[in-house]
Amino acid sequence: MSSPETFYDVFRQQGISRRSFNKFCALTAASLGLSPAFAPKIAHAMETRRRTPVIWLNGLECTCCSESFIRSGHPLVSDVVLSMLSLDYSHVLMAAAGHQAEAALEETRRDHAGEYILAVEGNPPLNEDGMFCIVGGRPFIDQLQEMAAGAKAIVAWGSCASNGCVQAARPNPTQATPIHKVIKGKPIIKVPGCPPIAEVMTGVLTYMLTFDRLPPLDRLGRPTMFYGQRIHDKCYRRPHFDAGQFAEAWDDENSRKGYCLYKMGCRGPTTYNACSTVRWNDGVSFPIQSGHGCIGCSEENFWDNGPFYDRLADVHTPLGVESNADKMGLGALGVIGAGIAAHAAASALQRARASATNPKSGSGE
Amino acid sequence: MARKQGLLHSLVHHATEVQTPAAKIYVYEAPVRIWHWLNAICIVLLCVTGYLIGKPLPSVPGEASFNYAFGYVRMIHFGAGQVLAVAFLYRIAWAFLGNHHAHQIFLPPVWSLTWWGEVWHEVRWYLFLEKTPKKYVGHNPLAQLAMFGLFLLPLLLSIFTGFALYAEGAGIDSAWYSAFGWVFGLLGDSFSVHTIHRISMWVIVCFTVIHIYVAIREDIMSRQSLVSTMISGWRYFKDDKE
Repeated sequence: MSSPETFYDVFRQQGISRRSFNKFCALTAASLGLSPAFAPKIAHAMETRRRTPVIWLNGLECTCCSESFIRSGHPLVSDVVLSMLSLDYSHVLMAAAGHQAEAALEETRRDHAGEYILAVEGNPPLNEDGMFCIVGGRPFIDQLQEMAAGAKAIVAWGSCASNGCVQAARPNPTQATPIHKVIKGKPIIKVPGCPPIAEVMTGVLTYMLTFDRLPPLDRLGRPTMFYGQRIHDKCYRRPHFDAGQFAEAWDDENSRKGYCLYKMGCRGPTTYNACSTVRWNDGVSFPIQSGHGCIGCSEENFWDNGPFYDRLADVHTPLGVESNADKMGLGALGVIGAGIAAHAAASALQRARASATNPKSGSGE
Repeated sequence: MARKQGLLHSLVHHATEVQTPAAKIYVYEAPVRIWHWLNAICIVLLCVTGYLIGKPLPSVPGEASFNYAFGYVRMIHFGAGQVLAVAFLYRIAWAFLGNHHAHQIFLPPVWSLTWWGEVWHEVRWYLFLEKTPKKYVGHNPLAQLAMFGLFLLPLLLSIFTGFALYAEGAGIDSAWYSAFGWVFGLLGDSFSVHTIHRISMWVIVCFTVIHIYVAIREDIMSRQSLVSTMISGWRYFKDDKE
């Protein structure tokens, strides 16, 4: 059995003062957008609740989610979250390896059935019986389904788990599949992004542990507190968008003035994420602030909706000719225009010939 | 032929070829004509502003706080879209309230072999393979098919995708999003819906070009009036042969 200690006990064990603990509770309440009245409730939950076991699985992915997660500033991941949770299994962070690690996984599955949270980074490739991703000598899909069966809830970390990401882009040779398409009957919280923002990841977990329920989700299963608005809705360059002031090239005067990057293909208007409010690296910056448009990494199909530097996505026609909506439209219009010109000429010719042979005949005969 | 007098048959407009010659027939009632021209104005505004939303004009100079150029382009687009949608609802209502021709473009009788035969006749007429066009009171069957497939369906797609995208701007907790958010579940992410919205615009632009050409050509070469009919509502026949 894992230790019966509460989160608060763990904090004190780590030498965190009561005062720091209260500050953390207030900060967490603020970062979740809750009123100050919630800080004592968070404190109460931390003092009374047992640590929830978390299993962190890694499938077909690049570990950028883990890399982002360990950089959370509020709450600080090293001091707080690893103590807050009982992280029983994680390729990146666990001390155990090999058979010991797999034994820990099996122990949690057995002893905490129905209690643990399953955090999944990456997705299972289904092609060739799942042979494109082997974990512990078995296809990842087997491990995922086995662990999902006993989970209380599943957190889909990143775009891989939420919507497939790069490995699921056309033509998707390994048939990489987001987890909501292979796991049914379990609550799944999608936290998309490539990677998701660190504070968003720890914020989602903190919410679940504090309130012992899922955060409010949108129709795609994303927490609305972080994915309820588009980058565009809170972008500090938005006034330039409404004014009609756009950067036309990466090195032009408009770009230097900090104009809107819409014409450079910025995906801010179609991307739901918290980058323009929470920002990255402890609130230092985010892509648009650094002068590069958003690529929409937290949106489904963001890779297939390329190129990143154009507002019009490539459209894949059945004939394999790459095109976009405007090229197709103008092309069709050109063909129709030429067709009309030829047809009008033929019509006029026919009419002239008809009236020449039969001058008395009216139009349309 | 007598067995075809069912409910469906009475409901569906079978592109009635004129059997008895008449000098003129009242075809398009005032509500249909008003809708047609209001729709035309909205579509022109929507296509021009829509194109500019995807491909904005060169930047305006000055402070952002003194300018609202792109905002106005979007405002015209959204306003014209709202008018178009309301006019479309009104047109659907008129399909029920209006005369026999008012619901013709909504229900092409695609299950009728006779009708497809007449479509084929029209295709041959446009390919100069038929010497004599038939006379029709409403739309000819080919026109009916084009109105339905190349105009009505893309227009519906534009309206639904357009309102879904508008709902995103209004916010996911808005009534707009509650009404149209399902479009994203059906068609995918926001950017893909933008792409579909733009393709449907091009289909409507292509239809409009063909529509204007054919209306003028038919006005000259067919046996009935076309352009003036959409202004006055009266269809004139140029000969009294069957």
